[in-house]
Amino acid sequence: MPDELPGGVLRGPQAHADRAFRGIAIGAAALVLLILGMIALVMADRARPVLAEMGLDFFTSKRWSPPHEKFGALPFLFGTLYTAAIALAISVPVSLGVALFVTQVAPRWLKKPMIYLLDLLAVVPSVVFGLWGVLVLSQHFGLGRSFLTAGIILGIMITPIITSLAREVMETTPAAEKEAALALGATRWEMIRAAVLPHSKGGLVGAVMLGLGRAMGETIAAALVIGSALGQITLDPFAPGNSMPAVIANEWGEADHMHRSALIALAVALFLLTIVVNLIATAIVQRSMARSRGKS
Amino acid sequence: MTKPLVFGALTLLLVAPSGCRKQSGGSGAVGEEVTLNASGATFQQAFQEVAIEAFTKKHPNIRINYGAGGSGKGRQDFADLVVDFACTDAPYKAADLASLRGGEMYYVPNVLGAITVTYNLKGVDKLQLSPEVLARIFQREITRWDDPAIAADNPGVPLPATGIVVARRSDGSGTTENFTRYLQLAAPGAWKLNAGATVEWPADTQAGNGNSGVAQIVKSTPGAIGYVDLSDAKASGLRYAAIKNAAGNYVEPTLEATSAAGEGIAVQDDLIFSALNSSAPNAYPITAQSWCMLYAKQPGTAKGAAVKAYFEFMVTDGQALLEEVDFAPIPKSLQDKALAQIQNVQVP
Repeated sequence: MPDELPGGVLRGPQAHADRAFRGIAIGAAALVLLILGMIALVMADRARPVLAEMGLDFFTSKRWSPPHEKFGALPFLFGTLYTAAIALAISVPVSLGVALFVTQVAPRWLKKPMIYLLDLLAVVPSVVFGLWGVLVLSQHFGLGRSFLTAGIILGIMITPIITSLAREVMETTPAAEKEAALALGATRWEMIRAAVLPHSKGGLVGAVMLGLGRAMGETIAAALVIGSALGQITLDPFAPGNSMPAVIANEWGEADHMHRSALIALAVALFLLTIVVNLIATAIVQRSMARSRGKS
Repeated sequence: MTKPLVFGALTLLLVAPSGCRKQSGGSGAVGEEVTLNASGATFQQAFQEVAIEAFTKKHPNIRINYGAGGSGKGRQDFADLVVDFACTDAPYKAADLASLRGGEMYYVPNVLGAITVTYNLKGVDKLQLSPEVLARIFQREITRWDDPAIAADNPGVPLPATGIVVARRSDGSGTTENFTRYLQLAAPGAWKLNAGATVEWPADTQAGNGNSGVAQIVKSTPGAIGYVDLSDAKASGLRYAAIKNAAGNYVEPTLEATSAAGEGIAVQDDLIFSALNSSAPNAYPITAQSWCMLYAKQPGTAKGAAVKAYFEFMVTDGQALLEEVDFAPIPKSLQDKALAQIQNVQVP
């Protein structure tokens, strides 16, 4: 039995292990911050030329013309948000429905294989979704390359993630609460509304926000099907458009100077956008958790 | 007492391999294993593949990796000394030459290639287009195949009353840069989108990824027109238009007509030239050129010698391989100049 000092610090042979473990843990944590900081620093530095040249116009101008050295990112900002919104509109009802089915409705023998299939869908590489989108949605169903095609593909891509998280959250509903609802004569749907949904609200919002983050950042699948139209801001879902990651992927290889700087500035903007979305998500989750705790 | 021992062993395991690695490497005799890394233009990727295969068969000790990530990436990688050589469809801008970390460099022209204007129009086997009409089609100012302007280029050809679908690249591309530069040169009044790897195409154009992506759209869309390099156009079995050249003749993109574009062009001392809109009477006017680049003072002995040997191969024996990948050789006079340039490269 090693001597124990106040504060739970061990002395003797185990102290080495303890210290080593602590060092590794702190090092790993510091590394994450360091990498994130370095990414932000280098990107901001490389983006500076275009921001100095264009100023706020970079975020508010519609015109993106590399040969004329005009870089306005507004259409791509719009395209990113618009396709992500389409993706959520498709994905959220489906994901929550599937998660409810798997956790509350499905017979036991069906549950396992369904979970397995859903997880399988989550690991399909995005380029596969993209190519499928080109071949099936664009060509076979004649949707062309458009906001809608990209939105559908993104919606399909984020469904497994949202489903998987939503399922985990719903599983944690205490059996006592569900049984209480049923014992009071609630139907299955009333039980879901009274017990499962209120209990998992925070987690569900988090799941959706995670899906949103992925939809906004998805590169290859979007680049393949979105249509790569420059300067397009329209709510017409059948119009070809562009999104920030798709522009970066498409134009990076041939970009130099200002153009390269502008693409990096796009990446910075995307970085900030995802951070903002994440902060909003965290705030929503915390508020709804605080509220549900206050209620009970 | 066992735990510290385990940690010690783990540390040893982690440290040992990196310590050993230092012993390999080093420089030495001719004939040692050399790996050259290169990046750049996708336009000449097919040529690089066959040239590397033929060259490394002769020199089994040399390995060459060509990453076709685009001309712009090639120029950047070359400037940053990330690669041993790079290939590009467009030279550096004058202001950038100062940023090259390897100092003075040489351009070595190695291929000429036709950019075809492919189309999908039932019943029209032969199509002739002048640069002005081409410019207006790609700017969506002419939107129907039976437009009088197209008919004027094709006397006696019954043109269908079909809408035109314009296919272009979704990715930034040297092919786009050369195609738009051609329109800028040949139709200065009509072409308003400037020249570049990405230009402001009208929103109602269809975007495809790579030459093959554009070819795919043209092939699957009746009434479509697009610009595709010759080998991809041939591979997809597409028809392509004869373009009115600077001498006023309608010329189809054959290898002979591509070669002809290389005759009588003005070549600068640094071997920069443009084969676009050639004045030769039988030249195909949308003929693009490509260069590979190497540093005048090679940093390494073995690598330097290998780079030099490969560049010599590309402008001599390698030229015979161009035809099988649908490119045309550079003119003999240019080959000689390029070879002389390569001889100037210093290897320590």
